[in-house]
This record gives sequence, structure tokens and C-alpha cells, in this order.
Amino acid sequence: MSGALINVPARAKRGQVIEIKTLISHVMEPGFRPSSIGVLLPRDIITEFVCTYDGDEIFRADLYPAISANPFITFHTVATHSGTLTFTWTGDNGFAVTEHASITVE
Amino acid sequence: MKADPTIDKGRRDLIKGASALACGMLLLAVRNADATPASMQGAIRNIFGTAEIGRGRVTLDIPSLVENGNTVPMTVSVESPMTATDYVKSIHVFNEKNPQPNVIGIHLGPRAGKASVATRIRLADSQKVVAIAQTSDGSVWSGQVDVIVTLAACVEGL
Repeated sequence: MSGALINVPARAKRGQVIEIKTLISHVMEPGFRPSSIGVLLPRDIITEFVCTYDGDEIFRADLYPAISANPFITFHTVATHSGTLTFTWTGDNGFAVTEHASITVE
Repeated sequence: MKADPTIDKGRRDLIKGASALACGMLLLAVRNADATPASMQGAIRNIFGTAEIGRGRVTLDIPSLVENGNTVPMTVSVESPMTATDYVKSIHVFNEKNPQPNVIGIHLGPRAGKASVATRIRLADSQKVVAIAQTSDGSVWSGQVDVIVTLAACVEGL
């Protein structure tokens, strides 16, 4: 289980602007907080999020420690054709999650 | 007995070294590393170079009074037709008082359809948040809001 939730409309009209919502489970430890014994907790964040539509990149975000735990990102795209949206999150300590969602365009 | 300034300095260094392990010192170190308006300007110039930054076209939607700085809903949108020849290339969000000035960097293309992105951010203090967008013709636009935060994020101990 990757802990990612994606909301993409299953159907859309050609040319329609659709809203895509993504949520992933991650601590996003900023690396500036001391633990209960006073030692600084090392940074552990997601650094990049990419969404591709049948292989073409439509959205990319560079994330910094100022993004809240369990990053939630909402963005838009034009429904051009039926296809697969691929979502990839990469981060510190080799974190990498890929999820897919398909859309039917009429 | 008169204090020897060299001994005094040595003792001070020792105390400094010892207390560096303590949580309080760490917090102080973090405070010193806080992003200041100057470092925010530095971060902005790192990304946009010497480009002239115009006011307007960018709307930053954050509640002006935030109870919990750990999760602050933020929506940033840019007025743009989002056509193949006139679209928003990137949007970067900066803050003044978090330990780091960058918040998020967003890269869009004409296929976005609408230059509007929402996420949740952390704010360490009451401060100014600035969003800057670059369009396909190279012009740079900005929008900003002042936010009051009652419970700070980031530097709080566990």
C-alpha cells in the first residue's frame, strides 16, 4: 500500500478543464525540529511530485520543508484524450511512489 | 582575584560547546537560521534573476488568521488565458520567517488549462507570504498576503 489517494473524474468532455486532487501519506519531517531528547531530527521530505498524461508531463512541483505532512496537491489539466495519468512522488531516503488513474474523454 | 581574559574566553567556549548539545541552543541556532525578508529576496533572485517583478495577476488565497501553522490551506492562482502561446510557466511561493524561504515551486504548461494550484503549507510565525509567477513571454508577476499565525509550525519540539 502506497498511502496515496487520487481523485480524477472518470469521464470528461474533450477540452474540459478537470481538477485533480492528490494526497499522499508522508511525515514531511522538516529537519529543523529537535526530538524529545534534544537531538535535531534529520530531514525526511518528498522533494518532487510529477504528473504525466500518457507520458507527457502536465504538472511538476518542487516541495520544500514548508509543505505540511501528508502533502495534498490540487491542480488542473485539459482533458484532451482518453488515457492514463501517472503520478510520481520522490523524496529523501529513497522515497518513491507511483500511482495511476485512467480517464475516459468523450 | 582578577579574571584572566584568556581563561574567561576558554571557559566561555567550553560552556558554549556544552550547551550546543542542549535543546535550547538548538532552538536558538534554528532561530538564527530563520528566513528573513533579505533571505527571501535572495531566494527570489536565485530563481528569477534580475527580472522585473510586476504587482498583480497573482492571487494568493490564505486565511488571514491561522490557528494552526502546521497545516495552512493555500490556493495560488494566476490570471492567464492558458493557451499554447500565452500561459503560465512557473509559480514559486516564498515566506519571510520559516527556517527556509522557499515553500513550493510549481511548473505548468499550456495543458494545465487553468493556473490554479492548492496545497497545505507550514508557517512558523505571523508573516508575509509571496507568490511569484512567470508567464511564457518571460514577464514576472507577484501577489502577497500577510498572515497571522497563533500556533507556530516547524521549530516546535516534540
